[in-house]
Amino acid sequence: MADALSLAKSLKNREVTSVSLVEQAYQAIAETDGDIKAYLTLTKESAMAQAQSIDKRLDQGEELPLLAGIPIGIKDNILLKGFKTTCASKMLENFVAPYDATVIEKINAQGLIPVGKLNMDEFAMGSSTQFSAFQVTRNPRNLDYVPGGSSGGSAATVSANQVPLSLGSDTGGSIRQPASFCGIVGLKPTYGRVSRYGLVSFASSLDQIGPMATTVGGAAALLNVISGFDSKDSTSEQVEVPDFTQAIGQSVSGKRIGVPKVLMGDAVDPQIRKAIDATLADLVAKGATWEVVDFGCMDEALSVYYILAPAEASSNLERYDGVRYGHRKPDAANLNDMYTRTRGEGFGPEVKRRIILGTYVLSSGYYDAYYLKAQKVRSLVIKAYQKAFESVDVILSPTVPSLPFKLGENLEDPIAMYLQDIATIPANLAGLPAISVPCGTSSEGLPIGVQITGKAFDEMTVLSVADAIHVKETL
Amino acid sequence: MATQYEVVIGIEVHAQLSTKTKLFCGCSTAFGSKPNTNVCPVCLGMPGALPVLNEDSVELAIRSGLAMNCDIQEMSVFARKNYFYPDLPKGYQISQFELPICLGGSLAITVPNADGSYEKTIGITRIHMEEDAGKLIHQGADAIAGSDSSLADLNRACTPLIEIVSEPDIRSAAEARAYMETLAMIVKYSGVCDANMEKGNLRADANVSLRPVGQEEFGTRTETKNLNSFRSLERAILYEIQRQTHVLESGGTIRQQTLNYDDSTGKTSVLRDKEDAHDYRYFPDPDLKPLMVTQEQISAIRDTLPELPRAKEARYVDYGLNDQEIKVLLADLDLNAYFENCVKAVPNAESIKEMAKWLVGDFSALVNAAGGSFDTPVIKQDAFLELIVLLKDGTLSGKMAKGILEKMYQTGKTPKALLESSGGGQISDTSELDGIVAQILSANMDVVAKVQGGKTKSADFLMGQVMKETRGRAKPDLVKQLIMDQIAAL
Repeated sequence: MADALSLAKSLKNREVTSVSLVEQAYQAIAETDGDIKAYLTLTKESAMAQAQSIDKRLDQGEELPLLAGIPIGIKDNILLKGFKTTCASKMLENFVAPYDATVIEKINAQGLIPVGKLNMDEFAMGSSTQFSAFQVTRNPRNLDYVPGGSSGGSAATVSANQVPLSLGSDTGGSIRQPASFCGIVGLKPTYGRVSRYGLVSFASSLDQIGPMATTVGGAAALLNVISGFDSKDSTSEQVEVPDFTQAIGQSVSGKRIGVPKVLMGDAVDPQIRKAIDATLADLVAKGATWEVVDFGCMDEALSVYYILAPAEASSNLERYDGVRYGHRKPDAANLNDMYTRTRGEGFGPEVKRRIILGTYVLSSGYYDAYYLKAQKVRSLVIKAYQKAFESVDVILSPTVPSLPFKLGENLEDPIAMYLQDIATIPANLAGLPAISVPCGTSSEGLPIGVQITGKAFDEMTVLSVADAIHVKETL
Repeated sequence: MATQYEVVIGIEVHAQLSTKTKLFCGCSTAFGSKPNTNVCPVCLGMPGALPVLNEDSVELAIRSGLAMNCDIQEMSVFARKNYFYPDLPKGYQISQFELPICLGGSLAITVPNADGSYEKTIGITRIHMEEDAGKLIHQGADAIAGSDSSLADLNRACTPLIEIVSEPDIRSAAEARAYMETLAMIVKYSGVCDANMEKGNLRADANVSLRPVGQEEFGTRTETKNLNSFRSLERAILYEIQRQTHVLESGGTIRQQTLNYDDSTGKTSVLRDKEDAHDYRYFPDPDLKPLMVTQEQISAIRDTLPELPRAKEARYVDYGLNDQEIKVLLADLDLNAYFENCVKAVPNAESIKEMAKWLVGDFSALVNAAGGSFDTPVIKQDAFLELIVLLKDGTLSGKMAKGILEKMYQTGKTPKALLESSGGGQISDTSELDGIVAQILSANMDVVAKVQGGKTKSADFLMGQVMKETRGRAKPDLVKQLIMDQIAAL
């Protein structure tokens, strides 16, 4: 399916109808999703009704928001009222959302049409979508490969041209890494830019919902829709929301780009280094300058993340106890037995691993050595970025240091899986906006993504640099 | 000689803040609603729901701290206390741990003893804010033991509480009770908590330990949970002192335990041992930012802090009110407000004494008998003050006033209106009474003779006759004076 902005234009010009776009999406899903397996739930009936209503309003000459009538896929950890929100977990296999997430209220108000709920790693924990309790999603660029994760379904549906837009969530790279693997655009906004209300919490201080799209323009337009302060989320920020589509087509001349030394070293796949070098050369040709920035704490960032994220997750996932909703083991002998067996059966291996890790680092006697120390290092990461941004406008690096891997790989090696996130995690720790855009293709024909990280709430610059890169790739 | 032990007590009080809505969502805090009707995704712990702090609760918590002389912290932090229980929807309770909103206060108490009473100051370690849990209703039995299933009512989940933690300064059950009673009065008068023990607005946990007299180091303590009346607090502590003394005297050691108190048996029992203690894995709640308050906000709240019970008490002593009157006037917020409004309207020492006497006595008796309240009194303030004026100027005798007050309560009429319909007020005019006295004396010369013969008691009969003739309206001491004067002049 074409780019969201051009589809929107065709809709405005009445060259297509919303119904035809939604039908087209379901047609594509019917044709390709048997292999790709991006969707857990389809919302066809309500989607068609919404599309008809949009067409009717257009028929009546009503002026509708930019993306009205455009189909969109929703990651299955975002609550869409009346439909299952499973988080790809047995624990919530039959959980029907009793309310809409704030981002859903916003996309509904703007007339976007959710076509279904997308597969993911269970509770967003993973980098390959293989930790879904229900199905394995494949990379549309090559079905032998994983789509990345945890927003693997969200990346795959856009990459497979089923829909032009999707919503993902990013705690340590879960939007950017699958965007990179699937050759699409994925943006993690600044922490506090988009309301988390109705996003099933993984690690509250890191989670952020973001747009995934075929183009930077599509991502910018969707960011316009979902951004803004929400009184229901105490961590959302009261900052102005500019029109992010204004970033498209802006010159990068004079923009200063920082490249972290550690993310251009030997740990990075040579093919990726080559693609990044070419990208840098192109940006320089367009008038940008670049310099090496020295981050002292990139290595530690991964360790810090794997202390803080599991700590928060261990607490956030305590509500899945079998008492009020979700999976419950019947015929338990007593309360403790009910808890143990409900959670033992309901959670998959990666979720359990992180709950155990998180419980351990918060335990009395270990709290200071792990959690507290990790928070201190986190503040050092924030300071390192602040210092870097004194001399550069954005920071550029590979999104992932290694090429996409095949299904079944890394499953038995949690550390290798965790290393997938080494370049994406720092932006979550510092709460900064970061985007992944395609910048090349490997010799095996697999996409390579480049990551642009910006100052807090400066998505505008991030998008404009990303757009300059992406234009080249698609030409 | 046997070792003498000293008891050391610290008390933690949970007080429900009197906000209309819950601590982190907009649900009502109304008591007694149908189970699970005052709930929403936030207080049910639904996936994706997030807490948003109720600002009114912050003001009330600060108010409580100011009323107890605490330092209000410009930054405090909400933390998660993690544990599993079916009445706890999120699997953690949001509470303040390392950085509470109030630190280091004190509470002055008056403790009754054999000699009357003594004064003492109890240190307040901290006051922190937290959310309440829900309530389990066990099926087929009163307690979880013996019940075949339990249902959860989450109406109470997420209602705002403050926990007020005392220093271990308390040295007897009587001091503990005085502390709790004083604290209840303070939170009530500062508008922080309704302090209705029956509704569970106020619950105490008592930490009790013994140590040999003279020893500085504390002994091992037990914590008795959920004491929900002054009486059970006092009795539980007395029992615990007795139990621990017995253990120590028979050569045993006290185990650090959490105890339950059974009001029907008056005994404590073990809820859990130290080894079973939870590791709550406290950490700052990442869904909530640190709570920041400014000095300006704090002083604005300080400016609206009402006069507290102890200051009121001192003022009432200055008015010349007696202990019983003061106690009753302070016990009921509505009665107190009624009294204070009267005092404001007629700030005259003699009138105030009269008002207090009538309010505490006959007026309260009427209200209590009718099951009414001073919140919406049948007798309006103006009418009551009119009665006091009529008493003070001698228009009404005490006895007459009592009758009038009753009629005022029954009919809602003013005392003057009632007086007119009953023929007027007290007769204190000598010229009007002289004739009546003369008439009674001449009709009862035999009695007059007895009085002349020294039986002054017989004059009471003559008085009774005069009162009868005047339908009780004659001023008694004036009548007595006139009778004696006229007999002497015969």
